[in-house]
Amino acid sequence: MQETLSFIGSHMQMWYILILMIFVGVEVINSVPSVLHTPLMSGANAIHGVVIIGAIIVLLNADPENYVELILGFVAVILGTLNVVGGFVVTDRMLEMFKKKPAKK
Amino acid sequence: MGIWSQTIILDLIYLIGSVTFILGLKMMGKPDTARRGNTYAAFGMTLAILGTIFLHTGEIKPIIYIMLFGAFAVGGIIGWMVAKKVKMTAMPQLVSLFNGMGGACAALISIMEFHVHAGDPKTIMMVMAGLIIGSISFSGSMIAFAKLNGNLNKNPRIPFYNIINAVILLITVGVGVYITVGNITDFMWPCIDLALALFYGIMFVLPIGGADMPVVISLLNSFTGLAAASGGFLYHNKVMLTGGILVGSAGTILTIAMCKGMNRTLFSVVFGAFGEGSAAAAGSASPTGGTVKDISIADCAVLMNYSKKVVIVPGYGLAVAQAQHVMHELEALLEERGVDVKYAIHPVAGRMPGHMNVLMAESNVDYSKLCEMEDINPEFDTTDVVFIVGANDVVNPAAKNNPASPIYGMPILEVERAKNIIVNKRSMAAGYAGIDNELFYNPKTSMLFGDAKKVVTELVAELKTM
Repeated sequence: MQETLSFIGSHMQMWYILILMIFVGVEVINSVPSVLHTPLMSGANAIHGVVIIGAIIVLLNADPENYVELILGFVAVILGTLNVVGGFVVTDRMLEMFKKKPAKK
Repeated sequence: MGIWSQTIILDLIYLIGSVTFILGLKMMGKPDTARRGNTYAAFGMTLAILGTIFLHTGEIKPIIYIMLFGAFAVGGIIGWMVAKKVKMTAMPQLVSLFNGMGGACAALISIMEFHVHAGDPKTIMMVMAGLIIGSISFSGSMIAFAKLNGNLNKNPRIPFYNIINAVILLITVGVGVYITVGNITDFMWPCIDLALALFYGIMFVLPIGGADMPVVISLLNSFTGLAAASGGFLYHNKVMLTGGILVGSAGTILTIAMCKGMNRTLFSVVFGAFGEGSAAAAGSASPTGGTVKDISIADCAVLMNYSKKVVIVPGYGLAVAQAQHVMHELEALLEERGVDVKYAIHPVAGRMPGHMNVLMAESNVDYSKLCEMEDINPEFDTTDVVFIVGANDVVNPAAKNNPASPIYGMPILEVERAKNIIVNKRSMAAGYAGIDNELFYNPKTSMLFGDAKKVVTELVAELKTM
């Protein structure tokens, strides 16, 4: 009990962000035309590539003598980069198609 | 510059990153700002990545820099090439693939952080959350990828798979809780949990049919967001938290919106059997004994040439045959002769909602000719010829008049109201949902069998001789 409370207490700011972000996420997506669902999913996919920050931190803190750590961190950063770069480029390619302004709608 | 101000600057950069994510996602919701929105988010991400490296407090050995930028180069080049080269029709599985990479990244981070945090329930909880969610997202996405890519066509359902899956999930979470609460430091335990979570991801996606895959990908997408957010808690990193939760929440709403477009509930996608027992029911209810009528290319060309209004219904089959461009040619040719030509785009045509719009836009079809379902449905009464190319389920009248059909209730393009219906298909095989289509037996319907590209090319040639 004490442990849980102290965990919540020490992260109070984070909990606020979490709750607010849930609402922002809902607001941002609401009433989007179904035409854009695919690119939007792909865009969201690229954004969660932010997990790469974690991979970078792991690699930065890795012990240069410990090869297992180095290699795992290396692989983690590659995976994260794939997610970020691939995600944004694919989304851009999809959205490129929408460059012409719709005449009506 | 002291360490203190360095941290503040990094925090500011993360704040900018978070704002670009929100702004980017918001802008992606409108066709004319969508592309810029994506660029903004990408810019914010780059800024956050660079800030993390160059504002890192503490000494960094050259070897670490080499590995870091080596990894960027490898991942960046592969990601760029794959994303640039892949065919538009293969987009959905690619999104699934990249999503899996993010999940694997989160799981790997957790595995590496375990020994640092082992024995501290406060932080190990987040380590385990990232491990479990990331692993499920990874293995699930790989199965979804294989299914959409056509490497895995079966939807095996072991008896009571819902119960079995629930048990596996419970054990997976149970082991995670045990590690957290029990102050476990033995590295064997997180490895067991990793294996369990990977296994659950496979079991979770395996029984789900191909038609529901977009929904599953969207769901796994929000999972990966949550995995990233748990990393945010672990490192007290706000950009990871905002980005992760934003995707987690937006992804969930998107998943629900997709389900609505297909008139399905999330529950029935995940736990329901699609095209299993219900397919048998649909088969018995539709007039499978009817006969289909063939039409020749020449007759078809004549029919179109002397029509006032032609509506083309493109489906995934058209895109697979790469017939978009020649279709555009046909449309231009008919327009030249005074025929009013429009495209009817069903919201879930293709493999994902909105996929068909992307595919047609690729071949330079005028945006104003692509009509949404609600706009085109009233127009079918005045349409002379409906030309259906490679579409099936989205024009299946069973969705309206056969309550036993698995797609019953899904809004469809009401093509049967037009005077003539021409259906181009390669064969009489059922559509993606695996159900029969009574439209083909309609007396107004003529079948034009053959590869979409070949057929449309011949049509164009025939029309030119007239």
